[in-house]
Amino acid sequence: MPPRTFKVNGRPVTVDIEDDVRLLWVLRDVLGITGPKYGCGINVCKACTSHINGRAFNPCSVPVSAIQPTDEVTTIEGLPDTVGADLHPMQEAWIDRDVPQCGYCQPGQIMAAVDLVKKVEADGGSITDDDIDEIRNMCACGTYSRIREAIKQGAENM
Amino acid sequence: MPAKHRSAPRPSRRPADRTRPTVAGMERRRFLGYLIAAPTLAVGVKLTADSVLEANALPSPAPEVSEVYDLSDLLLDSTRATANLITVVVNEDGTVSFSIPRAESGQGITTTAAVLIAEEMGIDVSDVNVTLADARPELLFNQQTQGSASVISIYTPVRVAAALARGQLVEAAATILGDEAENLRTTGGRVLSTAGSSVPFAELATAAANSVTREAITELKPVDDFTVIGTDTRRDDVRAAVTGSKKYTMDLDVPDALPTMIARPPTIKGTVESVNNLDQVRTMPGVTDVVEISTDAEPGRGTTSSAVAVRARTFGQCIDAVNALDITWGGGNVDDESDETILEQLRAADAPANLPSPTPLDEVGGVVPLATDALGAVGPVEALEQEFVFYWRSNAAMEPNVAIADVRDGEAEVWTPSQIPIVTQSQLAQVLGMTPAQVTVHVPRGGGAFGRRLFSDAALDAARVSQEIGKPVRLMWHRADECRAGRVHPMCISRVKATYSPGLGEVVSFEQRQTSVATDYTESFGDMITSQAAKLPFANELTLSQTVFLLTASVPYDLGAIVFGYNEIFDFDRFATGSVRNLNNQDFRPAQELMVDQLAERLGKDPMDFRINRVEDERAKAVLEAVRDEGDWGRDLPEGVAQGVVVHNEYKGSVAVLAEVDTRPATAEREIRGATTGPRVRKVTVAVDVGLAINPLGLKAQMEGGVMTGISHVFTGSLHLRDGNFLEGSWDDYRYTRHWNAPPEIDVIVMPPSGDRPGGAGELAVGAATAAVACAYARAVGEMPTSFPIGHTKDVPFEVKKFVPPLPPSPTDGLTAYPTPSAAGPAFNPAS
Repeated sequence: MPPRTFKVNGRPVTVDIEDDVRLLWVLRDVLGITGPKYGCGINVCKACTSHINGRAFNPCSVPVSAIQPTDEVTTIEGLPDTVGADLHPMQEAWIDRDVPQCGYCQPGQIMAAVDLVKKVEADGGSITDDDIDEIRNMCACGTYSRIREAIKQGAENM
Repeated sequence: MPAKHRSAPRPSRRPADRTRPTVAGMERRRFLGYLIAAPTLAVGVKLTADSVLEANALPSPAPEVSEVYDLSDLLLDSTRATANLITVVVNEDGTVSFSIPRAESGQGITTTAAVLIAEEMGIDVSDVNVTLADARPELLFNQQTQGSASVISIYTPVRVAAALARGQLVEAAATILGDEAENLRTTGGRVLSTAGSSVPFAELATAAANSVTREAITELKPVDDFTVIGTDTRRDDVRAAVTGSKKYTMDLDVPDALPTMIARPPTIKGTVESVNNLDQVRTMPGVTDVVEISTDAEPGRGTTSSAVAVRARTFGQCIDAVNALDITWGGGNVDDESDETILEQLRAADAPANLPSPTPLDEVGGVVPLATDALGAVGPVEALEQEFVFYWRSNAAMEPNVAIADVRDGEAEVWTPSQIPIVTQSQLAQVLGMTPAQVTVHVPRGGGAFGRRLFSDAALDAARVSQEIGKPVRLMWHRADECRAGRVHPMCISRVKATYSPGLGEVVSFEQRQTSVATDYTESFGDMITSQAAKLPFANELTLSQTVFLLTASVPYDLGAIVFGYNEIFDFDRFATGSVRNLNNQDFRPAQELMVDQLAERLGKDPMDFRINRVEDERAKAVLEAVRDEGDWGRDLPEGVAQGVVVHNEYKGSVAVLAEVDTRPATAEREIRGATTGPRVRKVTVAVDVGLAINPLGLKAQMEGGVMTGISHVFTGSLHLRDGNFLEGSWDDYRYTRHWNAPPEIDVIVMPPSGDRPGGAGELAVGAATAAVACAYARAVGEMPTSFPIGHTKDVPFEVKKFVPPLPPSPTDGLTAYPTPSAAGPAFNPAS
């Protein structure tokens, strides 16, 4: 298990850990980056959704050995930096709509929303209810209707 | 503010104080609190009923703050009394701090408290910092967060404290500003004189401090003068939540508190017989400790269980080690039980539907005998009778059960988002062999609660491990534990028998009897005395459940002679049970409302008119009319799409829900892999009256959340019991409402204030939404569903995860399988 080096939120990190430890635990338990949340550990609740090289993924299901030295991981903490602002437009929309209740799933919801809007716009479209219907991020407080509004609002400002 | 969320216009005048009407020239109510000796201004009040806080017997010469100067007497009383105060402190920087003895798990109580303080003091909400108090046994039972009671209980005490603080600031400012205190006003954290000069709270915090603790009396701002209460306020932690900086228990930096997880038995409340490879697992990568522990969640009584805990450098290594354990398991508590056997037992225990019933239940449930004379006057009646089955529901939140514990050197320090920290502290002391004074319980903000955190399972687990190994631990339940060892809303049946007179066009009698697997209310309900009484070996827990049932169950309509009954099977802890964002009404009301629709149909009445004409409460009528008008009741809809409406009164509030469900094939058969698709709730209109809404934005959030839970209860969310455990093992199996089920349109109307006090909101919408969605579905398909959620008995739409080893391994294909996990099966239509 050689030390692994990659970038998280713009900063190079080096970790000395067994190859098969999933990235979520490397972020949380080793690096102390706690924005990505544990909700299931099997890639079904999406609470840990983060970005790798600008695209969404779930670090609970990626062994650290699969992360390359050139890979750039972005967690919710690093999202504002990707647009060079204090807050990403999607976070602004989330605040404006007062989306969170307990808030636990919201970092993952926001990271998934940003990715979805980018994907839809890359395909030349704009975000629709049907697109939002396919987001898999689970919320047990039931904030879905505000998330739906916030995604549309955030997309306009992205 | 969100454009789609509207508030009804605020009336210029609010209803007067009911208890003592305010008449020009008459005194307002005065309340008693304490000025506390502290370096800056600090005031306190008892967290108690308004009547106890009232200072009617004491003289009150001054208009704002009156003090009683008999210090020699009062000091004694005051010191004695201040032990159980909640306190508001004005800090040197002019901000205000308040430590609330409640849990904050998303329901917004800290924001509500900040609004109350901001209103009374004249300070911006953002300058009020509300934190969660540690367990405070001196508050006795007054530190529990449940039953949607928090707003109701803090409304007056918090305002009294804030009013006292404001009065002290004003008095201190009077000298500086050279004006009479009664001429001064406060706004934006400053005291302003009539001449226009002002002084900020920051400059007054020390000047207004008290050197001795003494009683003081204050009046409260009149309801008509409110400018903050009743306006939309965002959550106090919204920015932290969306930037990832909000700290939940597992995010706290507690040195050396390493990740810890538990290998649990394959059947409910099973036990460890032997661990066959302890030494081998102890040498696995990252693992520091492996120990067998008791997982008895009801220490000192009931059923015991045990498991094996693993502490490691990362949770990932905990998961691997848990799954590597070779454990010989003893039997569990319910190994022979499955949904079918439970249903048989529920039916066997059901009270007879005929009146009068011979069972002793009626002494509690209350028989209303149908006098033969009365029936004779009605003429011939027809009857409707139906049994409804409600399967198990999980109350798991997104944040699993969690606790950090450091039990060393005869002391225990525990962090856990408990809804009932005094009980947590007491139970910890019991299992650790300590006094409560040796146990500190900190209460971090929780990632959802819904009743699960009324139990201390994780705190007990963590403390036991920490004590055993002598090291701090950061213990988290795996999601599989949440499904299979977590708290569930018990399976139950509800039987309704109604009679009606076709001749008169009226309902003659309505009888509803619910029979449930025992619900564990012993930790949580009533006060500590009730709780202790419930623990007595001879106590009849059924009585407690029946009391809870009768305190919450209701029929909002005039349906002739109304009879309730409640019965339970099993001991209180045969299964690990509890509430799911609501108590009985998520079962009781849907069964009832479906039958109300049947009665309306038999009597040839429109479901909306039928209800409006039979509600006995003006507020209930008003919310029904509001959803009728705003939700466009009775509009033309295509075949397969229908509306359903109900009204519900609970927690001193009234809520009406109008739901539109689309069951057309093009909707119901949409394909999203791994999803429960099926019928879709297209549009929901909610009208809510909680008397006085403190924060409409937060109130609407609670209604929206309740609607999502209701949708889950009707269509998708349940646990399947088979051979002693639940088949569901994660969020892909337990199908709570997802984005693909959420209504694209949801509209919440907050009614104008109908009173001068707030009611509860956290649970209010759950029963109503469940019922409204069920009624809409029944009308859309033309057939009344009688088993919930409707897909439960159709299929088990997932591959059952293994029970041994207990945890599903984490996938390794996360870079290629996004967003849909590679294991996701086809969509499941629960109505197919």
